[in-house]
Amino acid sequence: MIQTIGFGTIAVALALSVYGIFAAIIGVRLRRPEFVRSAEAAAYTNFGLLTVANLAMIYALVTHDFSVSYVAQVGSRSTPLFYTIISLWSALEGSILFWGWVLATYSALAIYLNRDRPGTLVPYSLAVILGVGAFFYLLLIGPANPFGRVWPVPLDGPGPNPLLQNHPLMAVHPPLLYLGYVGMTVPFAFAAGALLSGQLDDTWVRLTRRWTVTAWTFLTLAIVAGMWWSYEVLGWGGYWAWDPVENASFMPWLTATAFLHSAMVQERRGMLRVWNLSLIVATFALTILGTFLTRSGIVASVHAFAEGEIGYYFLGFIAVVLVFSLVILAGRSSELRTAGSLDGVASRETVFLFNNLVLTAFTFTVLLGTLYPLVAEAVRGVKVSVGAPFFNRMTIPLCVTLLFLMGVGPALPWRAASSEVLRRQLIPPVAAAVLVAIVSVALGLREPYTVLAFAFGAFALVANLREYGVGVRARMRAHGEGVLVALGRLIAANRRRYGGYIAHLGVISMAVGIAASSTFRQELDATLRPGEVVMAPGGRLGIRFDELWGKDEPQRFVVGANVQVLKGEKELGVLKPRLNFYRNNDQPITTPAVRSRPNLDIYINLMAFERDGSSVTLRILTEPLVFWIWLGGGIIGLGAVVALWPQRRRRTAQRVPGPTMAAAGTGEGGR
Amino acid sequence: MRRSVLRHGVGLLLTGMLLGTNPVVATTQEPSDSVAALEALTSKVAAQLRCPVCQGLSIQDSPTELALEMRAVIRDQLAEGRTPEEVKAYFVSKYGEWILLEPKPEGFNLAVYALPIAGLLVGAGALVLSVRRWTKQGGAGVAEGMVGDLPE
Amino acid sequence: MNWKRSVIAVAVIVPVIVLFWYGLSLDPRTIPSPLPGQPAPEFTLKLMDPPEGVGERGEVYTATAIGADAASAGTVSLAELRGKVVVLNFWASWCLACRDEHTALSEVATLYRDRGVVFYGVLYNDTPEPARRWIEEMGGQSYPTLLDPGSRTAIDYGLYGVPETFFIDPEGKVAYKHIGPVTRALLMQKLDEILAAGGEGT
Repeated sequence: MIQTIGFGTIAVALALSVYGIFAAIIGVRLRRPEFVRSAEAAAYTNFGLLTVANLAMIYALVTHDFSVSYVAQVGSRSTPLFYTIISLWSALEGSILFWGWVLATYSALAIYLNRDRPGTLVPYSLAVILGVGAFFYLLLIGPANPFGRVWPVPLDGPGPNPLLQNHPLMAVHPPLLYLGYVGMTVPFAFAAGALLSGQLDDTWVRLTRRWTVTAWTFLTLAIVAGMWWSYEVLGWGGYWAWDPVENASFMPWLTATAFLHSAMVQERRGMLRVWNLSLIVATFALTILGTFLTRSGIVASVHAFAEGEIGYYFLGFIAVVLVFSLVILAGRSSELRTAGSLDGVASRETVFLFNNLVLTAFTFTVLLGTLYPLVAEAVRGVKVSVGAPFFNRMTIPLCVTLLFLMGVGPALPWRAASSEVLRRQLIPPVAAAVLVAIVSVALGLREPYTVLAFAFGAFALVANLREYGVGVRARMRAHGEGVLVALGRLIAANRRRYGGYIAHLGVISMAVGIAASSTFRQELDATLRPGEVVMAPGGRLGIRFDELWGKDEPQRFVVGANVQVLKGEKELGVLKPRLNFYRNNDQPITTPAVRSRPNLDIYINLMAFERDGSSVTLRILTEPLVFWIWLGGGIIGLGAVVALWPQRRRRTAQRVPGPTMAAAGTGEGGR
Repeated sequence: MRRSVLRHGVGLLLTGMLLGTNPVVATTQEPSDSVAALEALTSKVAAQLRCPVCQGLSIQDSPTELALEMRAVIRDQLAEGRTPEEVKAYFVSKYGEWILLEPKPEGFNLAVYALPIAGLLVGAGALVLSVRRWTKQGGAGVAEGMVGDLPE
Repeated sequence: MNWKRSVIAVAVIVPVIVLFWYGLSLDPRTIPSPLPGQPAPEFTLKLMDPPEGVGERGEVYTATAIGADAASAGTVSLAELRGKVVVLNFWASWCLACRDEHTALSEVATLYRDRGVVFYGVLYNDTPEPARRWIEEMGGQSYPTLLDPGSRTAIDYGLYGVPETFFIDPEGKVAYKHIGPVTRALLMQKLDEILAAGGEGT
């Protein structure tokens, strides 16, 4: 029953998508608005169909209907309800089903919000976004079908991968990631629509700016949530391993960040059109590449779902996307070029250009490193690894440069700056940087990049805060407002700019946290008997093992240790690192215990134990300032929300009653 | 940004990358006794070798038993007086090049180091030239398609 | 619409697609070992005490029963086995896949005993207690197991996990390494190849 509902709705969605592609294009080319309308209806219907399919799957999971193939794969009667629901995205087929829903939702929303827009851009965009949807629906009725029939019906299932049941962040990271990844489809569709329709002015940029920032926000939060999950669950005390799939989520983030900045240059000076379109295409292509890497088995990774023929489907899709995008982009590029001009070298525009350079180089480096094992095997026939040491070596200089630029940008005005202005704006941040550098070195810090990270962090911090300070002071003087009122009104009057500065502060927080926690991380392995105390590295806190305990849970047997953190004689709190023995697995999964404070994290892993509880082996890590990484992520999110908050007054009239898409074809180049 | 700052900036970037210190693993305090020094060196070598049973983690980071045992092997070999290069060569002879977390910078592998740097240089050069061209044209009228000046 | 530029752009993409196509045909998880063809790393390991009693297959093993000369101090070293074909199987009681190959190994070990082939298990990241219990549970084992504390030998053999099986020829070179559980057919095939190549062992 469920299988029929699920399979049926998706099959219909596929058919409607294919229909919609043709209908939209025919409607636009033959000036038959009713065709375009029917294509829109197809998009709305798909939203309904995919919602039904996803709800059906959730129902099947919760009722443990093991006759459905996906439920037989990841379901289990002993998995708690919460994890059962989120196992919707714990394996390949379910995750694509969820992806399909997010895509259908975004497509319907994007089309609905722009349905009355004159011109031919939106119908072409509709065709493109339906095309992307068609691919995923095809996967869902083909190689990634979650609604297969299982006979004979098993009594129980293996449950989701144990690593995915250990932490509630598993509820948060994949949906956020999909909202970000899939969100990038909309700007891509509009960019493609612009190129196909020939409507090459800035319409598409304005249409998609909010979408891009929204998707970017989700992607940022998803990446930080993933880092946090990795830290809390995987037991190695780190949060970023440059795993191919981590890289796959990071690369579109980099190009999207570049776009956020260079789009502002396009808005102000009408230049960089080809570049911005390329960035959007690259961002979308990288999201598909990311999905391809995760699901094709082409690189071994923590995340790798499964292999099989699905890799070939994705390869075909990437080929189509790349060829299609490059043809229309390169083909139209000569029509797009405008004579660019800058008023001065020392200007915010120039900083943005360099920001784009560094971000692009960063993306290129990560891409090359991620794919190199494949290239090396093809060319040399040898398997090589490209891991953290490579990526750190090649990208830390770029990160530090970006930190620097994040200070220079806000400090410089648009258009041009006299040396007077330069001096006034740059001296305080530079002074802060020099001060921090001197203090760090004086305190014994010798790692050059860490010193630079702290110094440039201070530089950017002062530069961004000064923008606030100057603005608030100006308002106070001009309007006689108090500090808080002035601050509120300042932000409200220019949400994009000041939201952006908040986001910068978040990045600085993360950068400092990352620099500190990786440089000053210390580790100690200790075997303790009950009551024994060992000094944590750093020498200030004591760790005492109290007792070992075991707990039988339906899906696993848990062995844990009660470990007390001591400051001198004072007990600060109990940590409970655990080893989880899942019924169907060889090796136990560790759950580390973390005590997180703004200044220091104590991270304890239970490595081994004697069955009678007479001793345990613990790995104790101390890492300073980890807290600021997660806080920084939240601050970036906050800044993005501020930047996105709608302004009540619109500058240009966007809804013009009268000529709608019905007049498609007659109103070329309408704004 | 003045042109000289630009040039210095690029130069700094390059020097930094080429000298590229090892990934930040070490502590800031110089170890004062030989046990700590051995430990620090073991950590440094272990951070460059890949744990065979994990996904992409180094032997240093991996909490698995095999990784612990491999670290013991590293420690013993270093204590015997072997150099880090020799220890790494030992592991390569057992596990293949795959065990190194960074590709050996020789032969074809140089591409993965050289291409990003080359890309950055080429991009920087193109950008500098473009900025020069654009500032010469600057002020010569507003480019078309520009949205009206935003009140900021 | 500038077609020339489009074509150039597409031409750049084609090699990337071809690369991915090639990549799909590979398996990122099989790592080729540098050991085959090389002299097998030397080891001297203690014999694990066998479980109490005899397994349901009636198999008994002691060093003398299989003809190995290495009963000195209860250790076995590879050098003493020169001239025989040696099958080294790394296993552990917590390893699920090891159960699949257990019968095959014991049977083939018995079959080829008189042709100068010796089998040894090497225990990996495990302790003798659970290992003995496992052997009892599985109905006995027709060859002894060696203990490898600290996994020095495992690392010397470039072990990624268990089970892994090494075939060492009479000259002491690693002829073949198998990752994952072995089957009876595979064992016999490989042993026949090695015996044919080097002549029967003593």
